Amino acid sequence: MTSIDTSHDRIGDGAASTGGRLASSAAGTPASSPGGWQNSWLISLLVPVGLAVGWEAAVYFGLAEGRLMPPPSRIAATLWELAATGELFRHMAATTTRVFFGFLLGVLAGTLIGAITGYSALVNKLLDPTLQGLRSIPSIAWVPLFLLWLGIFEASKVALIAVGVFFPVYLGVMGAIASVDRKFVEVGRIFRLSGYQLVSRILLPAILPAYVLALRGGLGLGWMFVVAAEFMGASEGLGYLLVDGQQIGKPTQIVAAIITFGILGKLSDGLLAAATKPFLRWQDNFQQR
Amino acid sequence: MLEIAGLGKVYPNGTRALDRVSLTVAAGEIVAVVGGSGCGKSTLLRLVSGLDTPTEGHVAVDDTRILAPHPAVGLIFQEPRLLPWLTVAQNIAFGINDLPRAEQTARVESALAKVGLADCGDRWPRELSGGQGQRVAIARALVARPSVLLLDEPFSALDAFTRLDLQEHLLDLWADTRPTLLLVTHDIDEALLLANRIVVMRPAPGRVAQIIDIPLARPRDRLTPDYEEAKRTVLRELDKTLAHRRATASKVEDFSI
Repeated sequence: MTSIDTSHDRIGDGAASTGGRLASSAAGTPASSPGGWQNSWLISLLVPVGLAVGWEAAVYFGLAEGRLMPPPSRIAATLWELAATGELFRHMAATTTRVFFGFLLGVLAGTLIGAITGYSALVNKLLDPTLQGLRSIPSIAWVPLFLLWLGIFEASKVALIAVGVFFPVYLGVMGAIASVDRKFVEVGRIFRLSGYQLVSRILLPAILPAYVLALRGGLGLGWMFVVAAEFMGASEGLGYLLVDGQQIGKPTQIVAAIITFGILGKLSDGLLAAATKPFLRWQDNFQQR
Repeated sequence: MLEIAGLGKVYPNGTRALDRVSLTVAAGEIVAVVGGSGCGKSTLLRLVSGLDTPTEGHVAVDDTRILAPHPAVGLIFQEPRLLPWLTVAQNIAFGINDLPRAEQTARVESALAKVGLADCGDRWPRELSGGQGQRVAIARALVARPSVLLLDEPFSALDAFTRLDLQEHLLDLWADTRPTLLLVTHDIDEALLLANRIVVMRPAPGRVAQIIDIPLARPRDRLTPDYEEAKRTVLRELDKTLAHRRATASKVEDFSI
């Protein structure tokens, strides 16, 4: 009986590994073929670099004036100037700090309330309609109220960012918990997990992929709202650089601040993705194949 | 010993899924439950496992009433239900996490070897085939050393060859520690291959129609006359339950005319 058993096994494994080889070779073909450069990340640089070089050339040869839309060289010079005096890093630090604390607060509140409303149908009925109502208010509309309540300094800015971060995190956590597969919960019940164990060993890992997406969405909104927050009157921060650039008529400073925003946003998102990646190695994701 | 006494289940929506089901399974015995769909087979297992509570009657294992999931009772589902965020080895250890780590590792390793997946401990569930996944599920149930193991159509999602393979494998594993097996299936050959007794159930509401002894020697050969005879007996009983249903259906038709 055992010998029949193993022979079945071998057949099964052979089929499985052939399937794997086929799949991997199919996926590998474009990259290893002569046309592989099409898949390279270099191709994604073609459009932005082409535009930059084209604009630079147009201004250099006098085809365009470049005062309102400065060419890359002038933006780079401004960035360098701001960096050399240390001013750029002061503004970056101010903005990043605001985003950090706003994000932290928004994530804490969103996770907590999202978890409770996802878990308990009663609390859901109690809280969710109100929160959905609040969500439909454009968050910028809170600005005057926050200024009155919290003053013109950091607290009102952090609060606005937290509001922006809260909703995507809240929705993500609530939806993820509500949609955890009942079949996994039954496995937990069969092995007599306590309520706490059910949460830590089944619910948390099950919602993690959706949670990470919600966090990244929240972080993106955090960067969006920090600009609004710094528009309400800040003496430092990248948003201040934007307003200042407009008031003194320096488009180079505005574009420099915009580029810095882009870099910080991309960097923080990348950090968040990298930090959470080890926890999501198990995911059956078609991108990883 | 597994004792099922006068078990009944009425769901909150008023559906009676199970009516006065009684069955005593001796320690180490293999009993298969067969029947058409809607005859309460799965409900029966959910009640015996303690996942659901009966509205009438009771279940006892070695004189202990089962009111909630119990360490003496293991359950293998229709699909592996491996947790995708745990490796194969972690999945197998899922139900024995209270044990000392060394004991866990020892049990998991021996279980992996027994189900023929000795090198697969570090794999992710998504990397397994359907048959391998169900082997891991069997290992996960067995490492907790239940005295009663319930199986809810465990091989129904697998192809015929893998199914045969796993049925033989299950018998090998059973021979090791001889737990009581209560197996729900809609595959008559599976029931005949594995069981000492076959319980034929009747639908609407789910009841026991007949209990048939299968005194065939093991390992069983599908091609012997004795096997064929036993199969005919089971089929006849199943036909009766279906005939009963047909009769009810025609009665309804008469009524409508």
